[in-house]
Amino acid sequence: MNIPENLKYTASHEWVSIKDGVATIGITDHAQEELSELVYIELPEQGRQVSKGDPVAVIESVKAASDIYAPLSGEIVEPNLELADDPSRVNKDPHGEGWMLRINITDESEVDTLLDAATYKGGIS
Amino acid sequence: MPTAPLLHSPLHDEHLRHDGRLVDFAGWKMPVQYTGILEEHRAVRSGCGAFDISHMGQVFLSGENAAGWLNGILTGNIPEMGEKTSLYTFMLNENGGIIDDLIAYRLGPDSFLLVVNASMVDEDVTWLQGHLEDGVILEDRSRQFAAIAIQGPKAEDLAREMLGETGCTMPARNTLAYFTGASGTTYLCGTGYTGEPGFEMICPLQDGPQWFNKALQTGAVPCGLGARDSLRLEMGFPLNGSDLSPARSPLTAGLGFFVDLEKGPFIGKEVLLKEKQDGIREKLTGIEMTVKGPPPRPGYALFANNEAAGNLCSAGLSPSLGNGIGLAYLPVALSRIDTALEIDIRGKRFAARVAKKPFYRPPR
Repeated sequence: MNIPENLKYTASHEWVSIKDGVATIGITDHAQEELSELVYIELPEQGRQVSKGDPVAVIESVKAASDIYAPLSGEIVEPNLELADDPSRVNKDPHGEGWMLRINITDESEVDTLLDAATYKGGIS
Repeated sequence: MPTAPLLHSPLHDEHLRHDGRLVDFAGWKMPVQYTGILEEHRAVRSGCGAFDISHMGQVFLSGENAAGWLNGILTGNIPEMGEKTSLYTFMLNENGGIIDDLIAYRLGPDSFLLVVNASMVDEDVTWLQGHLEDGVILEDRSRQFAAIAIQGPKAEDLAREMLGETGCTMPARNTLAYFTGASGTTYLCGTGYTGEPGFEMICPLQDGPQWFNKALQTGAVPCGLGARDSLRLEMGFPLNGSDLSPARSPLTAGLGFFVDLEKGPFIGKEVLLKEKQDGIREKLTGIEMTVKGPPPRPGYALFANNEAAGNLCSAGLSPSLGNGIGLAYLPVALSRIDTALEIDIRGKRFAARVAKKPFYRPPR
């Protein structure tokens, strides 16, 4: 299982990478493995305001649909539209090409609530 | 509520060895997938897959009155069954509702094997015992067998290699063969739940791992319950508990073909005769999404002309077709092929239509 040190995490299995006030968000390698082959991804529209904890996307495997929650509050500035055509990108490269959305963060203090790699790993093993 | 510990299949160690992802199913710990549902599904459509179906129940009935007695319990014509043939049939309650759908195999003139759903073994056996008559012996031997389904266009080639030393080949559809080895009798059944050619092997517990491994060595892909479900749904085959229930008759489930209303009395017959005379109001109907969208799921609401029409029973993405498919009880007026419908998925409506079953037809 791959848990990159340079990313932040949530207990609900999202990863977060922050650069210049914009958070890139996806699901962890562990989550994609548990969900298995994804067949459909529903992403939020650009410009939507979200609060930390809001369901922002739905990912579906053959067996089940799962919500993705906003790890931070802010404005959706970019959904990864490539995933609509090829959801399997999330399985193949969850931390890279399989990123799901970008949020322009409105509350920097929320970043402190995210987990580091060691804490996330502790929670799932 | 305290729950009983989950049963392990006789192939449990094999599932662990092949990285099977184990889930709870009908009181058993069973593999939902090994490498992935889509991959396993495609392996069965193009080559061959091996499924552990050891969780299913095996109930043996014998005695001079067995055939006649079963004829009063099941919807199919049991006395007319040839030796070493099988029949898909129903066990109904007094209201004509489905207790279980099962396959009856005639082993001999006075000897039958019923293969029943894992979740229903106890209920079925209780029902059968409650109606038992003199001259009929019932043995629930559900825990004495391993069972493996070998399914796919290459099943026959595989069978030749797998079964070589037994002198058996793949049994023809709806027929039965058996051979007896050191640990007991193994039944080879020309049946399945995928729409592909293949057979189901019911063997003594201790022989299970060896046969499963032999199937894999000769080219079968290990397949879990996930692919078993998507394969059967593409064929429009119902699943008891999802598509069949004690509150629904085989006629409303669109399975009247497997009910012989001409034969003598059987439990539920009077209700079905009346239902047939009055006409059914709802029918289990095939539904296919006509637009790209999220996979349909059990329970999603259906609409016709903006009015509620029913809810999906079994539903999901068809790996072979690439679109959403499902089954639902719809008013008969809406069950005609091509009737336009909509599926509500998280508050959005997606176009669908009534489709002919099977949804997918394997090329022959």
